[in-house]
Amino acid sequence: MIEINELNKSYPIGQGSLHVLKGINLKINEGELVAIMGSSGSGKSTLLNIIGMLDNYDSGSYKLDNVPIKDLDETKAAKYRNKFLGFVFQSFNLINYKTALENIALPLYYQGISRAERQKTAIEYLEKVGLADWAEHLPSELSGGQKQRIAIARALASQPKVLLADEPTGALDSTTSEEVMDLIKQINREGKTILVVTHEQDIANMCKRIITLKDGIIMTDVKTK
Amino acid sequence: MIFNKDSWKEIFDTIKKNKLRTFLSGFTVALGILIFIILFGLGNGLQSSFSMFFTDDQVNTIRIYPSTTTVPYRGYESNRRIKFTNDDVKKIKENFKEKIEDIVIRNSYYTQFSYKQRANSYRVRAVSPGHKEAEKTIIMKGRYLHEGDILNKKKHVVIGRLVEEDLFQKENGLGKYIHENGNSWRVVGVFQDEGGDREERNLYVPYTTEQRIRNNDEVDQMIVIYDKKMSYKQSLILENELDAYVKNMKIISPKDNRGIYLSNTGEEQENSRQFASVLQIIISFIGIGTLVAGVIGISNIMVFVVKERTKEIGIRKAIGASPRSIISMILQESIFITMISGYAGLVIAILILNSIGDSLMEKYFISSPYIETSNAIWATIILIFFGALAGYLPARKAAKIKPIVALRDK
Repeated sequence: MIEINELNKSYPIGQGSLHVLKGINLKINEGELVAIMGSSGSGKSTLLNIIGMLDNYDSGSYKLDNVPIKDLDETKAAKYRNKFLGFVFQSFNLINYKTALENIALPLYYQGISRAERQKTAIEYLEKVGLADWAEHLPSELSGGQKQRIAIARALASQPKVLLADEPTGALDSTTSEEVMDLIKQINREGKTILVVTHEQDIANMCKRIITLKDGIIMTDVKTK
Repeated sequence: MIFNKDSWKEIFDTIKKNKLRTFLSGFTVALGILIFIILFGLGNGLQSSFSMFFTDDQVNTIRIYPSTTTVPYRGYESNRRIKFTNDDVKKIKENFKEKIEDIVIRNSYYTQFSYKQRANSYRVRAVSPGHKEAEKTIIMKGRYLHEGDILNKKKHVVIGRLVEEDLFQKENGLGKYIHENGNSWRVVGVFQDEGGDREERNLYVPYTTEQRIRNNDEVDQMIVIYDKKMSYKQSLILENELDAYVKNMKIISPKDNRGIYLSNTGEEQENSRQFASVLQIIISFIGIGTLVAGVIGISNIMVFVVKERTKEIGIRKAIGASPRSIISMILQESIFITMISGYAGLVIAILILNSIGDSLMEKYFISSPYIETSNAIWATIILIFFGALAGYLPARKAAKIKPIVALRDK
């Protein structure tokens, strides 16, 4: 599903530049649940952003579902993101003036799906994350765990090939974190490829494969259990 | 995209759920339009009452009054009273026939008139028929004095609207006789005058009749009516020529500034024309100033709106919104709001202008303020256009930001 070869990325800092990713090689198959670990500055978020087409890379190659992803303009990136990827963020990033249901339906709006169809699909995913009763609530009326579940439902609604989660439990307490991870595992069992960026070992342990980054290179790549 | 029903639905949703934002931008536009139209309208009203003041009398006239000399000249001592006569008028007419249309004679005096038991003192103007044009007298009933009255020295009188009210009250004065010092005058006409009440308390009689009663041929005031097509400069030349001619005729020193007195209404008109153009510049300045202030206000609001929505734009992009759809969303929304509120401001402002009417005339000399429809519509279009432009620039910038930057927590 994801194929990365000799990926390099650096950021300009003042006169020089900071080499963040130093030749990453990575292959992730369909249906995997992968945790990307590392301390801050290890390059894990940069890697996720490149996979998520939120950021460009300097050299190497990146293929997503056999489509080469390189130097996309914003319009094309938007199209691919909509088609291939679902995002879950640490800070949820729900649109605060839209209800839970409307938030979930939004990616479908950008796919050009009819209103009735959007509504139907959104309700389906709302039920899937167990928040059918909260459809008409605004994000401000939901708890952190509920918000993250809405965000997951939104990420899934467009039926992406890969779900990318950037510290999905970073803003949650341990019980809620576990609930959210259970949901992620359940979605994975249904066949979705999922990447989770985290710095917490117990969260990583819930995944099937753990990739550890340090100073821009992959240190370890192990399967759990 | 513009006519997509679904995208409009999305925009209405956004508008409905962001009432404060919608209100702020709408209010700015409506207020901008409102202030522009009202100021411009009041300015127009000021201008029209101004031009009304200055068009009471005919403008292409030079008035010549006799006075007292102050310089001894050719054997005459100073302090000599100058008097014009009918012959003088004839001579001037003859000499300047190329340039002037008419010389109107006007002798004024006050006297008491009575009808039945009612009596009152009025100003009488003994005039030649051309006076009607010079004073822009409007006949309500009957007729003005004509050449026949002058030639036959008829005791005919044309009375002001208020004179008729005073003396005849409910009665019709036309054809009746009013009395003065043993003379009876037949009322042949009733007039009104835009110059106001004072003018409408005058009476006009043939100057020849008055001269016969007084047994002289004196003329107090000559109103020289010159060709309308003459420029202000040409009229000044004519004024100088008249001055020289009359002084020579009446043996007054050319150095004497007092012997006769000339007043050119063209000068008044020139002054009022200059004043009107200054007024026009001030009004235009106010109009443009308000528009610019409105545009700046809308631009500020739009920049603020887009700034506030940066994170939302990042989210929308992360879940698949193209830059184009972001720009058109913001543009459609801002154009929609500015159009609706611009129209509201337009309608309210015009209603206010219409309701003002003449109520500010007494105190502020503003009569029926108005704005040309085309000006109002242009102002609205300009505000909407700049509102859209002001929204477009930051929207384009925001749509270009990588979602990762837009989403970064502050």
